[in-house]
Amino acid sequence: MIYLYLLATLFFVFGIKRLTHVRTCASGNRLSEIGMAIAIVTTLIIFSDQVNWAVLVAGIVVGSGIGLVLAKRTPTTQMPELVAALNGFGGIASALVAMAEVLKGVAANDALPAGAAARSIADAGPVGAVATLAAILIGMVTLTGSFVAYGKLSGKKLSHPLEGSARHGLHLLLGLGAIALGAWMCFSTGGATTAAMLLLAALAAVLGVFLVMPIGGADMPVVVSLLNSYSGVAAAFAGFVIDNPLLVVVGSLVGASGLILTQIMCKAMNRSLGNVLLGGMGEESVAEDARDYTNIKSAGPEEVAMLLDGVSSVIFVPGYGLAVAQAQHVVKELADLLIARGCEVRYAIHPVAGRMPGHMNVLLAESDVPYDQLWEMERINGEFKNTDVVIVVGANDVVNPAARESSGPIAGMPILDVDQARTVVVVKRSLSPGYAGIKNPLFELDNTLMVFSDAKAALEGMVKELKDL
Amino acid sequence: MEQYFLIIFIFAIAALLGFELITKVPPTLHTPLMSGSNAISGITIVGAIMASTGDGFLIQAVAFLAVTLAMINVVGGYTVTDRMLGSFKKKEKK
Repeated sequence: MIYLYLLATLFFVFGIKRLTHVRTCASGNRLSEIGMAIAIVTTLIIFSDQVNWAVLVAGIVVGSGIGLVLAKRTPTTQMPELVAALNGFGGIASALVAMAEVLKGVAANDALPAGAAARSIADAGPVGAVATLAAILIGMVTLTGSFVAYGKLSGKKLSHPLEGSARHGLHLLLGLGAIALGAWMCFSTGGATTAAMLLLAALAAVLGVFLVMPIGGADMPVVVSLLNSYSGVAAAFAGFVIDNPLLVVVGSLVGASGLILTQIMCKAMNRSLGNVLLGGMGEESVAEDARDYTNIKSAGPEEVAMLLDGVSSVIFVPGYGLAVAQAQHVVKELADLLIARGCEVRYAIHPVAGRMPGHMNVLLAESDVPYDQLWEMERINGEFKNTDVVIVVGANDVVNPAARESSGPIAGMPILDVDQARTVVVVKRSLSPGYAGIKNPLFELDNTLMVFSDAKAALEGMVKELKDL
Repeated sequence: MEQYFLIIFIFAIAALLGFELITKVPPTLHTPLMSGSNAISGITIVGAIMASTGDGFLIQAVAFLAVTLAMINVVGGYTVTDRMLGSFKKKEKK
């Protein structure tokens, strides 16, 4: 049976490997699905005469049902949120696995004959005790942290009640409190163990909320990726607790690869992980200031439509604003209209446009934008100077020429050189800064037109005006 | 402590493997990869199944919750990853 676990692990390893290449990614996910099926069936077979089948079947049916409905019903725009939520469920499941093991220990003590010494968790050795504490702590932090991330991704403003050193003090206090409760749980017996365990779980849940709260909404992809890594680590610790090698191997595999992916994402955004976690440049710290700008030319959809009449090349630059406004279908409609008029249409995809890297590709694929119209940054940057009109839809920092300066928060970040186009149309709700919290000189250029509106409304307006021309 | 030696050893090796496994990932695949490995972290379902071997209402209730939540993670995670990857594949064929 242990060989089947080994087989499942191999499927996971090659599954992850294949997921990192475009051509093999679909089969990679299939491999990892097979691995999971092997793992579940093997476990059911090994423990078939000990498990409570009624509970298992009920849990599997209910869980699969909810999972399927969530995954099928969620619109593409909200996929990042969904991944965050699913990750939270995985985290608490690992915490519950460790908690069930603690409860089993308590029950075993209760069943002892009178006079026999009750064994605490610590009696079983330090590794088990630390793993139990860690699985519950990390699992619960993953749960609530993921749900705060979920809230922020769906646009809710959740800000931390405290600032500066008071905030770090609170986190430190909660962390130390959790460890103290964990120690109490490990060294006590009977009802005290159960009570300490529940308090530990509750405290860890509160800690998870406060840890993610101060981080800006634009950094949520990194946070979700990090929490994904955490849920792997929680699973690995749960594996230590129940002495299951499969959980340990696969959990630490996901934990480590998740950490690397997090780092890759940070690099693409030109941020350090520490910077993200401390929330140094989070959106909450940003003061909106439209007065900083001079030489702003604003235009309505009808003016843009007139501009678009008769041009021969247009490049769309989609950003998070497009996802928020769910404007991916309208942008396609406008593009089709332009193509019908003989205009060349392309989309410039910045590596970190949107709420998650690759977010724009998923979104535009959903509205049937042909793959060959999506151009990656390196390929399209030389094309802007020969382009009549660039329409920036809800993107900001990825087109900010300030990145070319030698200093500043986003210095050195690769950007799309949209300012080289003959005319740049920026569709944006206001002059408020993006996640980097800095001014965008692009908006002040002579060849830039600002359309202050929700992306969907603005594009719908352009479609309508263009049809009427 | 000795009883744990082997399992700590495989923990370390698996972590190293995880670090090495992911080197260059095209940005397009960041989200699917995150979603796919999120589904894999649902492996804790194995522990949830084992939890239901305990006696008593409380343990069974915890086991039920753990199995349900882990299954949401597994099924939801894989399905949504397939959806993301499916939209790429469709495009490439055209």
